[in-house]
Amino acid sequence: MQLVVNIMVLAAIYALIACGYVLVYRVSRVLNLAHGELMMLGAYLLLATASLFAGNPLTALAAALGLSLVVGILVYVLLMRKMTGEMVLAAVLATVALGVLLRGAVILVWSAQQQYPAQALGLANPPLELPGGARISTCAALLIVATAVVYAALFVFLRFGRWGVRMRAAGQSPLLAAQRGINLHAVYALAWSLSTLTGSVAGMLIALDSGLTGTMVVIGLKAFPAALVGGLDSLLGALAGALIVASAEVLLIHYVDPLLSDVVPFLVLIAMLIVRPWGLFGTREELDRV
Amino acid sequence: MRANPRASGYFRTDYRQDLALVQTRLQRVAVAVLGAALVAFPFLASPFQLDLACQVFLAAIGSLSLMLLTGYAGQISLGHAGLLAAGAFTAGILFREVGAPFWITLPAAAAVGALLGVVFGLPSLRLRGLYLAVSTLALHFVVVYAGGEYETRRGFSTGIVIDPPSLGGLSLADGRAWYFVLALAAGATLLLCLNLLRARTGRAWQAIRAHETVAEALGIGIAGYKLLAFVISSAITAVAGALFAYYRGFVSVEAFSLFLTIQYVAMIIIGGMGSLLGAVLGAVFVTLFPYWIESALLALPGARRYAGEVFAVNYAAFGLVMILFLVFEPLGLVGIWHRVQTYFLLWPFRRRPAAGSRR
Repeated sequence: MQLVVNIMVLAAIYALIACGYVLVYRVSRVLNLAHGELMMLGAYLLLATASLFAGNPLTALAAALGLSLVVGILVYVLLMRKMTGEMVLAAVLATVALGVLLRGAVILVWSAQQQYPAQALGLANPPLELPGGARISTCAALLIVATAVVYAALFVFLRFGRWGVRMRAAGQSPLLAAQRGINLHAVYALAWSLSTLTGSVAGMLIALDSGLTGTMVVIGLKAFPAALVGGLDSLLGALAGALIVASAEVLLIHYVDPLLSDVVPFLVLIAMLIVRPWGLFGTREELDRV
Repeated sequence: MRANPRASGYFRTDYRQDLALVQTRLQRVAVAVLGAALVAFPFLASPFQLDLACQVFLAAIGSLSLMLLTGYAGQISLGHAGLLAAGAFTAGILFREVGAPFWITLPAAAAVGALLGVVFGLPSLRLRGLYLAVSTLALHFVVVYAGGEYETRRGFSTGIVIDPPSLGGLSLADGRAWYFVLALAAGATLLLCLNLLRARTGRAWQAIRAHETVAEALGIGIAGYKLLAFVISSAITAVAGALFAYYRGFVSVEAFSLFLTIQYVAMIIIGGMGSLLGAVLGAVFVTLFPYWIESALLALPGARRYAGEVFAVNYAAFGLVMILFLVFEPLGLVGIWHRVQTYFLLWPFRRRPAAGSRR
């Protein structure tokens, strides 16, 4: 039972992070390898607002979420906008460079020590007893709820929202979308900010649950196979991929070797790339386009 | 190869001139001066500078091999650190387990590298661009995991210690000796790359990079040449890794993080894609960069306060420089160098780049 809960929590983490990869890739064909760092930055923003609005956790959370939206827009306007029209690889490497830059900057501003935003906010994190004798921390439960909410919202937004439709159109054919009067830069900026927002939500909840250091980036990187296994341009795929990667990881750690933790997602990824490179729900033509 | 700007008045009149690597008198003089400077350097430099030079040579071997693969054959790899680790661990394990001398471990590292090259290269037959990069990234983690597993299983959890290589009682422990060995190795790699690239293999690679379908129509076996690119590049990389292990006298997985891959990729970007000179310049730049940053920081007032943060500043500055090059100078240091050359060749006229010629 505990195993199932662990899988659910890890899958929720991966899914919440993976949807950021999917959003940006689907709209602009850029693989954002700085997503882990952006997620970490979101968590540190919460730390910053926590000291500003001490004793007022909800305000702090809202402020941090707002800031992370701004960060996403800034990333696009200041950096990724310059990379449009360059080779896809150049854009990906730009995100890698951004990641390195952010990692250094975060350590400079907030130091490399482990921090606990939950304490700064004055939040407790009591474990909940589930039927069947399993335990789950409040934050982890919140994380699962948040993942469900985010995914539901994204599905509705992309399906029915005016901007959601624009985003899908821009992803399918930037040229045609631009000719129909869709502001591509606005759409891309929106995709980046949404992606940063969802990543930050994940980062904040993980930080509230288990503290915050620079090693959080690794989680972001491990979520990326989840996105690819499901198919880089499919949200549904990200959910399925997260579930597959998380169950493989938890089961292998439990039954084989704890050291495997860092490598399992990538083993799953390699297997998927050999069998079905475009992922479970991905579009096949994607492969030739990049 | 890209047509370098050349002074007027130089015409090749026979095949021997066409084959020569060093063509004009100016080039001969430049090579001679460079060679003399390289030989004289260890006798003038401090031990610290000697160490830096050795690091540069090691980095140059690695970046040259990555340049072959990415800059010429057009196959993107994010698994470079994994290959370096494979070479280093091959040397380390062979030394620890059977006490093999370096003239066994180095070829063994090359063999392991070539084998891994096939493994890393197999996805390239099906995948292109981004997906290929991702699959090599995944393999990086697998290799590093295997290394870490070996360390913990055999109880070398802090790393494997390797004695300096020795031959007939002579042991390579002196910094100056290392300098010459590594300089020779880097020079040999450069020569190998130069000759590979102007031979059939290199031209096939460049054709594949330019356009796969056209290359196939020209009768180039795509699959074979792609795999060959991976095999050769990985073998060189693994040897570089083994040399690194001997030079440090120590192997540990911590040295082969993802950041190392990023550094090597940065070398070929900052140096300039599709140019061997670029690979060397990039290796020099990226290797020396942290030391420049450190000395710049220490020169600031109140240096004490920053001492603990040098590492973070390095990270941030490195990312920033990489971004600046990607955005403003996609052709890298070589691009700048060519522009300077063209400026002086055409002086007093100016070259106006055609509209939209920026790649």
